[in-house]
Amino acid sequence: MDDQNKSGKWSRRDMMKGLAGVPVVGAVLWAGAAKAAKQKESRENILNTLNINASAPPDSGPMSGDPIRLGIIGFGIRGPQLCRALGFATKDWLKSMKDAADKNPNDTRLSSFLEQENLNIQITAVCDLFDVRAQEAADSFSNDKVKVKIYKHHQELLDSKDVDAVVIATADHWHAPIAIAALAAGKHVYLEKPMTHGITETYALQEAVKKYGKVFQVGHQHRQTQSFVTARDVIEKKILGHISLVTANTNRNSDNGAWQYDIHEKANPNTVDWKQFLGNAPDIPFNAEHFFRWRKWWSYGSGLSGDLMVHDYDRINCVLKMGIPKTVVSSGGIYTHRDGRTVPDVMQINMEFPDFTTGSSREAGKEIGMTLVYSATLGNQYNRTTVLMGHDASMELGSDLVLYADSNSTRFKDMLEAGTVDANVPLYRYDPSANAVDGITSATSKYFADKGLLYTYRNGRRVDSTHLHMREWLSGIRNGTPVSCGIQEGFEEVMTAHMGGLSYKLGRRIEFDHAKNEIVPVDGHDLDQVLVAEMDNFV
Amino acid sequence: MSPPLHCLLTFEIKGSLLDMTTDNFHSNQRSAITLMRLLIGWHFLYEAAVKIFNPNWTAKFYLLSAESFTKPLFTWLASDGLITTVDFMNILCLAIVGITLVLGVFERLGALVGIALLLLYYFAHPAFPGASQAGTEGSYFLINKNLIEAAALYVIYLCPTGQYFGLRGFMSPASLKTSSN
Repeated sequence: MDDQNKSGKWSRRDMMKGLAGVPVVGAVLWAGAAKAAKQKESRENILNTLNINASAPPDSGPMSGDPIRLGIIGFGIRGPQLCRALGFATKDWLKSMKDAADKNPNDTRLSSFLEQENLNIQITAVCDLFDVRAQEAADSFSNDKVKVKIYKHHQELLDSKDVDAVVIATADHWHAPIAIAALAAGKHVYLEKPMTHGITETYALQEAVKKYGKVFQVGHQHRQTQSFVTARDVIEKKILGHISLVTANTNRNSDNGAWQYDIHEKANPNTVDWKQFLGNAPDIPFNAEHFFRWRKWWSYGSGLSGDLMVHDYDRINCVLKMGIPKTVVSSGGIYTHRDGRTVPDVMQINMEFPDFTTGSSREAGKEIGMTLVYSATLGNQYNRTTVLMGHDASMELGSDLVLYADSNSTRFKDMLEAGTVDANVPLYRYDPSANAVDGITSATSKYFADKGLLYTYRNGRRVDSTHLHMREWLSGIRNGTPVSCGIQEGFEEVMTAHMGGLSYKLGRRIEFDHAKNEIVPVDGHDLDQVLVAEMDNFV
Repeated sequence: MSPPLHCLLTFEIKGSLLDMTTDNFHSNQRSAITLMRLLIGWHFLYEAAVKIFNPNWTAKFYLLSAESFTKPLFTWLASDGLITTVDFMNILCLAIVGITLVLGVFERLGALVGIALLLLYYFAHPAFPGASQAGTEGSYFLINKNLIEAAALYVIYLCPTGQYFGLRGFMSPASLKTSSN
């Protein structure tokens, strides 16, 4: 061999050493291709089996025609947010967002706002019981064409001929009275959640919506969230099997998250219409804390059950359509913010649906009934996701959606045995935000965003879900298209919340009589009174 | 016949960095470096292959999860206007490193490209104290596997072996032939 080398010819060994890499390249490329093909085949198999239709809700109708003239009733915290969703931001907000965007290029709040579709509306009227806020709205939203008029009392605003529709974002105890008056005055209504503060007024509002035939939408904007539409498809295709348990949670650990809002320095009996604020609440002297932090007292707010549980309940109800629970048991206490509040800051609400089923992959009659557990604390921020637990699979639901097969599933038994499905690896993941980069800034914002309450996505673009929800309401007014959270959805949401509050206050199980469509009376108690009374009256 | 021990452990650098060779290495030293070259080449080539054959693959989320002072750079690379090019260049570079190292041709170029890629990966998720090292399975302080592989590629850059085991031998036929030392 050495002889051949010296003579300058190629030996077999030389050739092998020179070309040894060539088959290696081929082998590695083949291995890579085989792996990719296997992954693709496995993925396609699963997707074909699941056949999930990941789609957005249909767009609401066109916003053309004459501008709709809106009155804003309540311009505290949620009111300005709703106005931004409508395309109207205060001067202060625009300035602070510009500063934030200058500091942090990833902060897209201002650009998202500016890119929002023009909904072709005019804000013509505003009513807030705190003069400073009403003035801020009027100063910010008035322009050359339209001057925003300030009304001292909501009834004056409702009597105005310059208002076609109203947005109500007051304290809870004013929701139903103002909404009923608005409908009676011929105005369309967008009403913040919870729909009502008491039981009797809930039926009165239901009657008013039927009687006056105006477009009525409750502010559960997550119904626009794309992942929830996909989740509905997952349920309809019976991928989860029979769901026996759903858990939904609130974990917030900040002053803002515990409703400990700022008290405005200019608030005093001269700038706040205190008597009007009190309405049907107990008559007490002016109290700025009660005015700005009304969510902490049963007299004006609804506690965790009416304030936050309703979000979770309605998120599940729009996916499962399970309606009002048969029974509710609540417990909790004031464990993290002993600051004079009367509503609990830790609360668990167990809702039973003994006749409900999402379909079964097992023998008929074996599986029926479901519990929804809502668990909340305002003293911890650990992220507990919403999980729908079925015999065949579990679904984590938020702004995205993740499915895991259950290792003892009947439906996926063959795939689990064949190894094409692994119970520890997501069976399916749907993330409508996959192409978007977010700039969410506060802990409370993140809490809402994780639940799909803040933003959703259309064609890869982040959109404020409240914007879409209000657009849907405006399209109902303009084009007669349906709304997704009307009086029936609101009725189910708020009756469930009332049952949660009653159970907590009375320390007993509360039942709903579906035949009579009412909460079963509790001997010796006026449930309306129990619901809004401060806890000192009971314990 | 075996050389004296000191010849096994030392070699004389000839000329500049660019025309550095392993001609004076003991064959076992060359074999060891060749083995390392093949292993790293295999690693890069397979990484390239799984990405080439998976049309849904993108570096976007890896780039967006970048930490440390380089975050703005990687966020920019992940932007909609650039990500297609970035994905293509990443796969192309991985393939160049893999093919040159496995075939033993232009492997010094391949080694430099590989070092550049690995440093990018390193700085996207540096093993700095306090930085979360998502996706890694071990414990690292400043030094991680990306950095070690980059250092190994530097050795390959300094000690080319393609003329002894690889296509480059056909360009300089004398080198391919079995060496007696």
